[in-house]
Amino acid sequence: MKTGQLVLHQFRYDQKTFWREPTAVFFTVALPLIFLFIFTSIFGNEATIVDGQRVKGSTYYVPGILALALVSATLVNLAITMTILRERGILKRVRSTPLPPSVFMAARMGTSTVVTLLLVVVVTVLGRLVYGVRLPTDTLPGLVLTVAVGTAAFSALGLALTAGIPNENAAPAVTNAVVLPLYFFSGVFIPLEDLPRGMRLIGDVFPVKHLFELLLTAFNPATRGSGIELDHLGMLVLWGVVGLVVAVRTFGWAPRAESGRGAGIRWARRRR
Amino acid sequence: MGGGPVIRARGLEKSYGSLRAVRGIDLEVGEGEIFAFLGPNGAGKTTTVEILEGYRHRSGGEVEVLGVDPGRATTEWRARIGVVLQSGQLEPLLTVRESLELYAGYYPSPRPVDETLEVVGLTPQRDQRAGKLSGGQQRRLDVALALIGNPELLFLDEPTTGFDPAARRGAWGMIANLRQLGKTVLLTTHYMEEAQILADRVAIIKGGEIVALGKPSELGGAAAGRTSIRFRLPAGTATDELPSAIAAKAQEADGRLQLATETPVDDLALLCGWALEQAVDLGDLEVSRPTLEDVYLELTGGEAGLT
Repeated sequence: MKTGQLVLHQFRYDQKTFWREPTAVFFTVALPLIFLFIFTSIFGNEATIVDGQRVKGSTYYVPGILALALVSATLVNLAITMTILRERGILKRVRSTPLPPSVFMAARMGTSTVVTLLLVVVVTVLGRLVYGVRLPTDTLPGLVLTVAVGTAAFSALGLALTAGIPNENAAPAVTNAVVLPLYFFSGVFIPLEDLPRGMRLIGDVFPVKHLFELLLTAFNPATRGSGIELDHLGMLVLWGVVGLVVAVRTFGWAPRAESGRGAGIRWARRRR
Repeated sequence: MGGGPVIRARGLEKSYGSLRAVRGIDLEVGEGEIFAFLGPNGAGKTTTVEILEGYRHRSGGEVEVLGVDPGRATTEWRARIGVVLQSGQLEPLLTVRESLELYAGYYPSPRPVDETLEVVGLTPQRDQRAGKLSGGQQRRLDVALALIGNPELLFLDEPTTGFDPAARRGAWGMIANLRQLGKTVLLTTHYMEEAQILADRVAIIKGGEIVALGKPSELGGAAAGRTSIRFRLPAGTATDELPSAIAAKAQEADGRLQLATETPVDDLALLCGWALEQAVDLGDLEVSRPTLEDVYLELTGGEAGLT
């Protein structure tokens, strides 16, 4: 089979396993929608200031929840599922087959991408129909580019994070410990203008805020032009490259107990 | 295939820091052979097998599996082997059939799914999710996944550890089926009985070294050649009343006298002739050849997994 066909083959079965896991579906798909409802219900009619302009609460939270949904479908989902697959020996098992590791990764990222796209569409449509948030028509190029770059970057970061997770039970805890503070520092839950300066500065360093800024621009009615912001996109690309390099260098295929430093086992590197 | 060995190892070594887990293993496994590595836990079985599978790098020696150094494994080479790992779960949310279809897609010329299910005896469970199978059934599915690519060589690392006796017998039947498919099989086990029943040849491994190698019936060298004769003398008959050739070799063991002999026919004739003559009954008379288990216990110093 050609590589493309092989990715598609693996992707079909990954889709089955994703949708058959109620916990993953709840946290990845349902929770962002619940958050959207809660935040817009509470703050939907309050205005906040973005780039000196007044923006309605609901307009602010649609891109906020989209940022959360994208991170959750990519980074959170991959970090947790890959750790589980590693610790259960399923990754090690797959490595004994002729399936190239890159194909396996690509298929998993494919599932993250499909879930992200689904959430982008659902959140955007709900935002329009229920809360009257403007559809990002003029800014569609910016939105598409942001989702594409964001999905790739946060997928890479999710794979990179697995190396830092010692076992299956720690996976949700470690992952949430990383992303939850970032949601706050990045203005996803509480508007940026209400955050202390120090928090905003911390948020500036990490990629979630740049993703959110790009999405906010795409949904902000005051935006003129295509919504492509190279500074924020550049930060996402930078973080994505860092994630990719770390993932390639540290990703483990065997259960941690077997390949840990204590055991001193070096795994055969796969050639070609 | 040219008839050369499927697996060839010369002086295979593996060290983890100062721990020498594998110390110079020499090995040749021929095409169509079922070869067993038998040894207690921690003897180096899995380390050796995982080097042969291409999972771990060796520290020294030469290894060829299907004519290729497994340390430089390619995709093409991986399509020719099948692996069942010692531990590890399968994707619990896919059905048996889906799991096999997924793996079939990885290989250039896979076996038919239904036929493979038949070989491992999982046809009735084909639409059950892997997570709902019993331990024994999951292991069968694991073997089916290793077979689906139609490999020339199959590695089975402790295929029946943790099974109840019925499941173990079932698994043995399945592994015997593999012989009919003409596969070369390398299996590891710490059950003597398993090696004896399944394998054409057995290597007993201890402390990272092969301490005995041969057909199950021939294993153990001098120890295996010795037959043991056990009997009980009636009360009032002393050991020194026995013919001197017998008395010299006899030892007390579990309330019986036991003698290990390389000439069982001569010794039995002497003993029985004496008993008839003296009208003495030899209680619990038993003549036995050592089982592989005896040989194994002797060679591994009794630290066997006899569970």
